[in-house]
Amino acid sequence: MLTFRGGVHPYDGKDLTMNCAIQDLDADDIMVFPMVQHLGAPANPMVKRGERVLVGQIIGEASGFISANVVSSVSGKVKAVEPRVITTGAKVMSVVVENDREYEAVEGYGQPRDWKKLSNDEIRRIIKDAGIVGMGGAGFPANVKLMPGDDEAIEYIIINGAECEPYLTSDYRLMLEEPERLIGGLEILLHMFPNAKAYIGIEKNKPQAIELLEEMTRDNDRIIISPLKTKYPQGGERMLIYAITKRKVHSRKLPKDAGCIVHNVDTCMGIYRAVAESIPSIKRIVTVSGDAVAHPCNFRVYNGTKAQSIIDAAGGYSKTPFRIIAGGPMMGMAQHSMEIPATKNLSALLVFTKKLAAHYDETNCIRCGKCVNVCPEFLAPVIMMNDVQTGDFDGFEKHNGMECIECGSCAYICPARRKLTQNFKLGKLRVGMKRRAEAEKKKKEEAEKKAAEAAAAEDKQEEATVAASANAKEKPDKAAVDTKEKAGKATSVDTEDDSEKTASVAEQPADKAKQLDDMPEKTADEESVSAKGAATPESAASPAPELVAQSVKERREAVPEPMQA
Amino acid sequence: MSDIILDVSIGPQSVTRDDTKRLMTDVLIALAPSALWGMYVFGLEAVLTLLISVAACVGFEYVYTKLMKLPTSIGDFSAVVTGLLLGMNLSSTVPWWLCIIGAFVAIIFAKMLFGGLGYNFINPALAARCFLLISFTARMTSFTYDAVTGPTPLAVMKTDGYGAVNLLDMFLGYKGGVIGEVSILALLLGAAYLLIRRVITLRIPLAYILTFTVYTFFFGQFQFDWYYTLLQLCTGGIVLGAFFMATDYTTSPVTPKGEIVFGILLGLLTGLFRGPNSEGVSYAIIIGNLLVPLIERATVPRFFGKEAKRKNG
Repeated sequence: MLTFRGGVHPYDGKDLTMNCAIQDLDADDIMVFPMVQHLGAPANPMVKRGERVLVGQIIGEASGFISANVVSSVSGKVKAVEPRVITTGAKVMSVVVENDREYEAVEGYGQPRDWKKLSNDEIRRIIKDAGIVGMGGAGFPANVKLMPGDDEAIEYIIINGAECEPYLTSDYRLMLEEPERLIGGLEILLHMFPNAKAYIGIEKNKPQAIELLEEMTRDNDRIIISPLKTKYPQGGERMLIYAITKRKVHSRKLPKDAGCIVHNVDTCMGIYRAVAESIPSIKRIVTVSGDAVAHPCNFRVYNGTKAQSIIDAAGGYSKTPFRIIAGGPMMGMAQHSMEIPATKNLSALLVFTKKLAAHYDETNCIRCGKCVNVCPEFLAPVIMMNDVQTGDFDGFEKHNGMECIECGSCAYICPARRKLTQNFKLGKLRVGMKRRAEAEKKKKEEAEKKAAEAAAAEDKQEEATVAASANAKEKPDKAAVDTKEKAGKATSVDTEDDSEKTASVAEQPADKAKQLDDMPEKTADEESVSAKGAATPESAASPAPELVAQSVKERREAVPEPMQA
Repeated sequence: MSDIILDVSIGPQSVTRDDTKRLMTDVLIALAPSALWGMYVFGLEAVLTLLISVAACVGFEYVYTKLMKLPTSIGDFSAVVTGLLLGMNLSSTVPWWLCIIGAFVAIIFAKMLFGGLGYNFINPALAARCFLLISFTARMTSFTYDAVTGPTPLAVMKTDGYGAVNLLDMFLGYKGGVIGEVSILALLLGAAYLLIRRVITLRIPLAYILTFTVYTFFFGQFQFDWYYTLLQLCTGGIVLGAFFMATDYTTSPVTPKGEIVFGILLGLLTGLFRGPNSEGVSYAIIIGNLLVPLIERATVPRFFGKEAKRKNG
């Protein structure tokens, strides 16, 4: 059977909502659209207070390569653009819209489109505009995943229908209720990637979905249904790729490097809706479940609806809730308030009583090694935990802590109730911060080095000028110009700021000399190269004359004093 | 419903039911058949030895935590396991105060002084056994079977050859020895329970027993003799040691490869030690325990997908 090594078997709780057909939920009067509903840079709000927005209108524009548009799901007036708390607990800029319940849509909304005539880039642009992100929970922008660089190199399109998180049944219901959209989405993807075959991975605890989809794809030899072993985290991207293709992906290797593109069931349907039906990402299925909610069920929810409204629609609380989780019980975050808005990546609201929710005190690690056995990434959580708790984040990195996918298997299995995953999140955060700081430091050092190189060139040029004027009287201008050209070349790639820096360095010979003493060997080498260049002016002028000429001009403007000397 | 105060935490929000206490209970259940057999064979003396050992271990841990003003840790049952293992590693003939000295060494010296559960670097029960063996050799090696005091089958084999012992008796447990080691059948029943409950994996015991078998077959007293090899497996504490002592969580490696290395090491050491004397398993495991940190360092698992990276250069 297709699966991976490691993993755990938590109580799945899917019976509660497995047979609950998706119900449409009405939108609220006040809708909140956070600019962060995805992984990556926050979107920029595109509307102002008082403006009227329409269904399908882009109200937040992607602000970087890894970012996604935010689309309004209702029509109405923008009440405010202000920070609001989202599921991560952070306050992010949000557009608050007063729903006028007219649902007036933008032009072209909902119109069928003949996608077979579209080029891949057009399809990607449509998906980007529609703000489609990974609906499994992480919310990675879908159009970025569809840009592998070489479309021909993709061999596998994998649809994640594993839904390995306990209690969640939204993908299952979608597979049962809208399988034609799933197949439609797959056809679009297969059209984009001509050498690929599509695999729909479904855990074996969903036999009805497997049967139905197998029935529907019988005649299509490019779509294959892959029943998977029921085990958590079967739906993890790396685990799923391994189960189906036996290829391994890690933190420094993207799925596309293994010839794979992985999308969640709902994401694939979102792609179909956006491309073939011109409907952007404005709704999603939310599973409401747990032992403290009156009627566990699945809702189709407008983005921006308040979580409290969703829970009220499910009949409210049947017992006193102890913890309400946004997402599944393994990776989800417990929320402190139900004022949060439903976003693109809110897969579930699980209302747990104290009995069901894990709340334990940590006890001594007994070194049982169960965490090592269950880790699907083959890490040693017990060792990494030690690193984090002693503040040794270098050790954490050395023990491959950054490979952790935060699936929660180790913390689930730990008999001593150690908060392993929770600490690894901290460890990953700290290592990430360290790496960013190092990258910045490196950048700064490089800039300094460049400035120093420029200064070195300056130095030579000065000497050459002096030598030229002292020894040869015949062509002093030419010598000066040549050395100037050399100096200009050395800094031709620099920015204006660097030139200015050079100027200030050149004015302070003592400082400059000290700096040169501190320079490493590499700079010394380059120094000798530039000295050679000054000695044989013909060779110095050879590369890109117009660039050199331009930089000489800049040089004159930037450093007038030494020139005249 | 703003009157509801919600608990905030990051995932995972659910955990397995098998906590430390449950695992320790499982070990106790698994030890029960052998302990009961020991009581049946050795009678009231064995019952008392086991009871005193357990009570002393729990008592010392309780008193220590009280004196040091630490939270009481006897609730996790690990002291009960240590006590039972200690008792099962003693001869039924030992005086009561030997049990108490053993419990003191096991709990205070080997366990609590190093930080309690999870921090001890050698198996507490075995540390105590080895301490007692060295300090009270005569009392520790005096075994009574069927009201006759005599040497263990292992010692008999060494001097009289193996014709003097019967394999089936050895397997079922009609022989002398420490309370817990006599019935291989009972021990295997308990081991099967631990394996089914996934408390332990086969890695350490299998590597241990296989290595020991191969070693004994090739380098034992009677080379290339399967009957002798089987006798060696059914005598002494190797089954007790392999399934219940070597697999002690705290003092065995956490890495899967490390567990196999550990098992092989124990097999070799036991084989070596059984050559000149009849006391192999305890010392082998204690020495193995000391090498665990080194084994772990060398066997940190290669993370998922790493070899793929290597292939690509």
